[in-house]
Amino acid sequence: MLGALTVLLVYQLIGEVIVQFTRLPVPGPVIGLLLLFLTLCLRGKLALPLRDTANGILQHLSLLFVPAGVGVMVHFARVSGEWLPLLIAVLVSTALAIAVTALVMRALMRGRSDAGHDVPGDADGEGGNT
Amino acid sequence: MTPRIADVWVYLSTSPLLGLTLTLVAYQTAYWVYQRAGFNPLFNPVLLAVAMLVTALTLTGTPYATYFDGAQFVHFLLGPATVALAVPLYLQFDRLKRLALPLACALLAGSVTAIVSAVGIAWMFGVADTTLLSVAPKSVTAPIAMGIAEKIGGIPSLTAVLVIMTGVSGAMMAKYVLDALRITDHGVRGFAVGVAAHGIGTARAFQVSEQAGAFAGLGMGLNGLTTAVLMPLMLVLWRLI
Repeated sequence: MLGALTVLLVYQLIGEVIVQFTRLPVPGPVIGLLLLFLTLCLRGKLALPLRDTANGILQHLSLLFVPAGVGVMVHFARVSGEWLPLLIAVLVSTALAIAVTALVMRALMRGRSDAGHDVPGDADGEGGNT
Repeated sequence: MTPRIADVWVYLSTSPLLGLTLTLVAYQTAYWVYQRAGFNPLFNPVLLAVAMLVTALTLTGTPYATYFDGAQFVHFLLGPATVALAVPLYLQFDRLKRLALPLACALLAGSVTAIVSAVGIAWMFGVADTTLLSVAPKSVTAPIAMGIAEKIGGIPSLTAVLVIMTGVSGAMMAKYVLDALRITDHGVRGFAVGVAAHGIGTARAFQVSEQAGAFAGLGMGLNGLTTAVLMPLMLVLWRLI
């Protein structure tokens, strides 16, 4: 687990350094993601500790948004007096974007071999889908 | 006893221990409630934990900066977590490759819908121009969205608020929208949530299945890049009309 965490940090560090040098408009960790992905594809295998550590972090990805969320809510009142129209715009637009993305993708998958294919074992039976 | 409690409080409020511990306790309480509710998306753990912490900070009069001294250790993990998304992407790579064309078209459609509908609705309510420009990148992960807002003349801090609202609302609504449309494929469901509701939506997708999470992570990353390219182009077009 310690080794896997080190691997993630090393890739993030490489990503940050590349962004600093090239001034790419992308956050350093995203470059780190791409590089780790390329490494995994080139090696063609994934070490078990890295898989477990990545899954562990991603299971609790929600936790990592809490500090930023608190900051946002503390500053909310100061930020805008137009909160009601903005709230409506955000809610409607987010629902629309989910619907359009899903409908377009499903329409284009019709007739493909893996269209509509579900992975029953993946749902974990934990009530409800995404 | 009272002065001693005050001394302890003064000591704790200068140490990062309290902010860090509070964050973890609030999240685990929120997660427990979420679990007890059968992972019902309306009991979103980010929303519950944030509500608890904001209440605690307001009641004790603690400034955000003091809290963040501790909470930054959690916040910092967003970097390695982003890198960790490479793992589920690699595991789902075979299916992703086969679906490259549907994914690309859905991404473009979703990205444009998110921008145009948000700006359009806010515009109908007569919202100010700088605010409109701050709403536009709301479906994109916070660091990219704030960069876009700054570049096109919006207010980055307002964008950050809207990004978090989008993520939380997307994570809460997605199940109902997708069920109503009878979308059952975990790849499609995850991708839609990632494109529309970035990291917080992706976090929800990972709680449902690894496949939904991988597709959501891909949707989040690709929409970040797509919106960063599309926004300035759309702005030029809009000004020409």
